Amino acid sequence: MAGPGAGELAMEDERSFSDICGGRLALHRRYYSPYCLEFCLSCPRISLRSLTAVTCTVWLAAYGLFTLCENSMILSAAIFITLLGLLGYLHFVKIDHETLLIIDSLGIQMTSSYASGKESTTFIEMGKVKDVIINEAIYMQKVIYYLCILLKDPVEPHGISQVVPIFQSAKPRLDCLIEVYRSCQEILAHQKATSASP
Amino acid sequence: MVLKAFFPTCCTSADSGLLVGRWVPEQSSAVVLAVVHFPFIPVQVKELLAQVQQASQVSVAVLGTWCHRRQETEESLGHFLEGLGALFSHEPWLQLCRERGSKSWSCKATRRQGPAPLAPVCEDQVMLVFYDQRKVLLSRLHPPAALPERQAGDATASAGGLAAVFDTVARSEVLFQSDRFDEGPVRLTHWQSEGVEASILVELAKRAAGPICLLLACLLSLISAASACRVFRPWPLSFIWSKLSTCEQLRHRLDQLTLVVSAPRAGGPTQLMRKANTLVSVLLDMALGLLLLSWLHRKDRFAQLAEALVPMADRVAEELQHLLQWLMGAPAGLKMNRALDQVLGRFFLYHIHLWISYIHLMSPFIEHILWHLGLSACLGLTVALSILSDIISLLTFHIYCFYVYGARLYCLKIHGLSSLWRLFRGKKWNVLRQRVDSCSYDLDQLFIGTLLFTILIFLLPTTALYYLVFTLLRLLVVTVQGLVHLLVDLINSLPLYSLGLRLCRPYRLAAGVKFQVLEHEAGRPLRLLMQINPLPFSHVVHIYRLPSCGCHPKHSWGSLCRKLFFGELIYPWRQRGDKQD
Repeated sequence: MAGPGAGELAMEDERSFSDICGGRLALHRRYYSPYCLEFCLSCPRISLRSLTAVTCTVWLAAYGLFTLCENSMILSAAIFITLLGLLGYLHFVKIDHETLLIIDSLGIQMTSSYASGKESTTFIEMGKVKDVIINEAIYMQKVIYYLCILLKDPVEPHGISQVVPIFQSAKPRLDCLIEVYRSCQEILAHQKATSASP
Repeated sequence: MVLKAFFPTCCTSADSGLLVGRWVPEQSSAVVLAVVHFPFIPVQVKELLAQVQQASQVSVAVLGTWCHRRQETEESLGHFLEGLGALFSHEPWLQLCRERGSKSWSCKATRRQGPAPLAPVCEDQVMLVFYDQRKVLLSRLHPPAALPERQAGDATASAGGLAAVFDTVARSEVLFQSDRFDEGPVRLTHWQSEGVEASILVELAKRAAGPICLLLACLLSLISAASACRVFRPWPLSFIWSKLSTCEQLRHRLDQLTLVVSAPRAGGPTQLMRKANTLVSVLLDMALGLLLLSWLHRKDRFAQLAEALVPMADRVAEELQHLLQWLMGAPAGLKMNRALDQVLGRFFLYHIHLWISYIHLMSPFIEHILWHLGLSACLGLTVALSILSDIISLLTFHIYCFYVYGARLYCLKIHGLSSLWRLFRGKKWNVLRQRVDSCSYDLDQLFIGTLLFTILIFLLPTTALYYLVFTLLRLLVVTVQGLVHLLVDLINSLPLYSLGLRLCRPYRLAAGVKFQVLEHEAGRPLRLLMQINPLPFSHVVHIYRLPSCGCHPKHSWGSLCRKLFFGELIYPWRQRGDKQD
């Protein structure tokens, strides 16, 4: 992919991939400058079908209890629980998109945006980053690949203190991971080259 | 490395001038602290910087020039600014420029490659990072990075990465003390240049804090001296004081208050937060206690409580009597040893009879006692809850006694059985070597041993049943007391001030930073906005928890079961400093 030409805006690129369960993911890449890159992975939206199914189950169960107990509090409680459950799910569980921002000589930032608009951000300074790798893991009955950041150990120069996985809830497949991995490695290599020379 | 210029957001609309700040060579970043405006005398600027450097131990220097152009044609200003590079030499020399009314910035960082003034210059790539100066000044990073010593000077910034930026801004407070209404020689723009922030209430509180703390410290030392005096030394009283959880709670509160009023300025920010948390916790405690007191007084609840107490105690005693009658019969269809059953049952029934008489003796005084104890609720809700826990222990004292009798009996039995079982197999416990050794017994020893073993093992079900029943009752009481203690612990150790700070001023407690890329045009430098990432609530509670009484269960579930099986007495809510029984 060519770099930005004179007078052009930051390069943007959108491709679609699939995650490990087969859902559709959209990878949106923004290329701000040779040393600043942003990847945005959008997860599949909450489906109306599953929402309707859960609501119907809860309300049928509540109605069944009501016919047993003849207490109308159960029905209002069921409505309350459904609403609270939906709000809680949207605010704490359902992730809309995950973003990875790499800035050379500053660090790597990961943002998860929830369906309710809440954003949770983690920033790792470049001084602590040892490497970005694709690792294998056994997840239930599958073997999956995931991208992770290795952090340096302050005590031991060749040791690793922590492994931070990226795109944990989107869980893209290997082809998407390779795209992100290549770009990260370019920037990390550039960063190592320039930091080695004062 | 790309050069990072940290630029305060308050200076983005300032007039042209000089950039003043600190250069961190290890991260190749320039932290701009303020902008010095024209007209200025270079000597005075250098004097000001020297003063700031001495006061704050931060190596503040002129980093470059800032140009905020009105229209395109201000070439003279541009040349003038370039000439300043010769006056205030700094490697690298930063030149930031912005066109008024537009969002396009241009940055240049030049570095001379040799010592001679005509050596070739090379340009570095620059990245602009905007930061809110006020928030960065007031915030505190968690975990706090190791800051360099104040005495050692600012030679090496051992704080890595972004902690260095926070550190620089926090320590340069003296630079921000002058605002534009001061008649100083040099005109600066920074976050306080529109007027120094202050609050009348805060200033008054600071003035009043000294004498008030002194007064309270004297009062508290008087109280602690009074409580440590000789009157409370003799053995029965000191034993009772150590058992009551109310005394423990009062002592804890006294310690906390002493800490709060001690030396208001001493200690770092951690100590300050701890004091603030303690103060807020104590105030809330007292407020809740007063609320409880007013609720109790409203409908003459004391009389109601006193009237309900004696019948409740009677009912408990009655239920226990029924239980013992049931045990003396054929409980759950099991066949007990008649004689032992009757003995134990009658023994415990007599105790209950004594207990009921004692309660009836006390009943006229209960209301007065309750009223006076209720007054102590104004010392705090925790004290009231501790009193409740103590009342529960006093009222269920008979259950505790029964549990101890049952446990001791059972324990003796188990020890006897294990020792005689060893005898059965021809072994013996060697106390010296702490192990089981073989031993040859005489015939009559074996005979008596076997006899006793048989007796004990046939009496085991009866004793075990009594032990089981009373242990369950005791565990029930302990659970209720434990819940009360948990509530007291919660009120004691919750850091309310820190939680409130996290809610209302989230930038004060920072877990890190986050960056946002601002509008970007090709050919222009990259612009980022650095914001503070606040600490999650769970981390706030974890880091700023106040130390509690220390009444936590010290046994794991496994050791608890083991103790129950062998009949050892369990004291799950051991107070601090008590010896094991």
